[in-house]
Amino acid sequence: MAQHKVNYTQDGGLPVALTSIDKLANWGRSNSLWAMTYGLACCGIEMMAAGASRYDFDRFGTIFRASPRQSDVMIVAGTLTKKHSEFIKRLYDQMTEPRWVISMGSCANTGGMFNTYATVQGVDRIIPVDLYLPGCAPRPETLQYGVMLLQKKIRANKASRAQKPKRLM
Amino acid sequence: MRAYTPKDNVQKKAYYTDRYYVAPQVPKQEVESDEVFSADLEAIKAKFEVKESYIQVGQMVIYINAKDIYGVLELMKDELEYTQLSELSAIDWLAKDNTFEIFYQTLSMNKRKRIRVKYFIENGQAVDSVEKLFRSADWSEREMFDMFGIEANGHPFMKRILMPYDWKGHPLRKTYPLQGDEFAAWYEVDKIYGKEAREEIGPEIRDTARVDRYDSERFARLGHEVPKGTEITGDEPKNEQSYQEDGGVFLIKKFDKESSVIVDDPQR
Repeated sequence: MAQHKVNYTQDGGLPVALTSIDKLANWGRSNSLWAMTYGLACCGIEMMAAGASRYDFDRFGTIFRASPRQSDVMIVAGTLTKKHSEFIKRLYDQMTEPRWVISMGSCANTGGMFNTYATVQGVDRIIPVDLYLPGCAPRPETLQYGVMLLQKKIRANKASRAQKPKRLM
Repeated sequence: MRAYTPKDNVQKKAYYTDRYYVAPQVPKQEVESDEVFSADLEAIKAKFEVKESYIQVGQMVIYINAKDIYGVLELMKDELEYTQLSELSAIDWLAKDNTFEIFYQTLSMNKRKRIRVKYFIENGQAVDSVEKLFRSADWSEREMFDMFGIEANGHPFMKRILMPYDWKGHPLRKTYPLQGDEFAAWYEVDKIYGKEAREEIGPEIRDTARVDRYDSERFARLGHEVPKGTEITGDEPKNEQSYQEDGGVFLIKKFDKESSVIVDDPQR
């Protein structure tokens, strides 16, 4: 007998699940958040640990990509220097919409302990940020929780809504 | 935000002054106390003028004229076996007498000795490049130019090495403020969005320790989130932190504690 035989007497008789387009699109988006490999400093080590086998981001459908064209979420992991600031903007612009940004760690959030001439005092001066993770550096669990919160945020919003930039540039 | 105190010229006023304080100095020995060094010094003195020489922490320090630097290092490399240039940089004495002190740290692997060659230049004066002698001087001289603004004549690629090419100012000078001048503070905004975006983005917030729980523009209190910009009175309702939204997520079943059986005995 076929293993995949459908029991038409169960569940109202039809192998059908009803949902809305919004939920379906958000379900797909939130469960395949491909992250850009963007380790700028020591936070990058924690990001790698979160992606590797012990913490295993693949469970969430979060797979690190080496290209901004293929990724949905940019995890800014580390200190952003002023010399590099134009490139983060360029990489952000190269990502296709919808796109999200996680600012990981104190340096990316506020400049952290690098209160100097060469460090950008928070990546939100350059690109809009969806989620700030505190810590120096945040543990991989924190990053996973952050991705879960981002998934929740994506599901809470309308899928069809156009992404408005937080700063009108 | 903390009040900003100008740090334009920190050398002018010492933070702590004690009239009877004498800065401790590492003791210096005569060059004659070491055979190898005294032979090296004789060889250098035969061809070039040496203004001062002593041994400090087992290393010989000699002061020469700025114009002799290439010749001295060439002699030391070819005849005295000082085959490595470990480090080269400058010291800012602009506040004292408007000069830079340039030092070259060399190492002889055969003799197991180190010599530091030093000289003074005026502010704005260029030095002779020793990149033809030591390849390590390539980046060191570029760094010296980047950080102090001292150019090296004859260098093959005299450009900044650490800071961006369009940077203004030389950060390791004592007069350069640690948190940057106006150019540095607005560098990324000016470059990416243009000067007219300054007002919209706003100045840098340098006090990273400042957390205001009543500021709903920049902060959110976990478990008590409110929409951005809401005025916080202190009695905002508690939001349950749950991974799944109310009503569940498509294809994912929500765990219900009521209809579940809790197994007390793990052995059962």
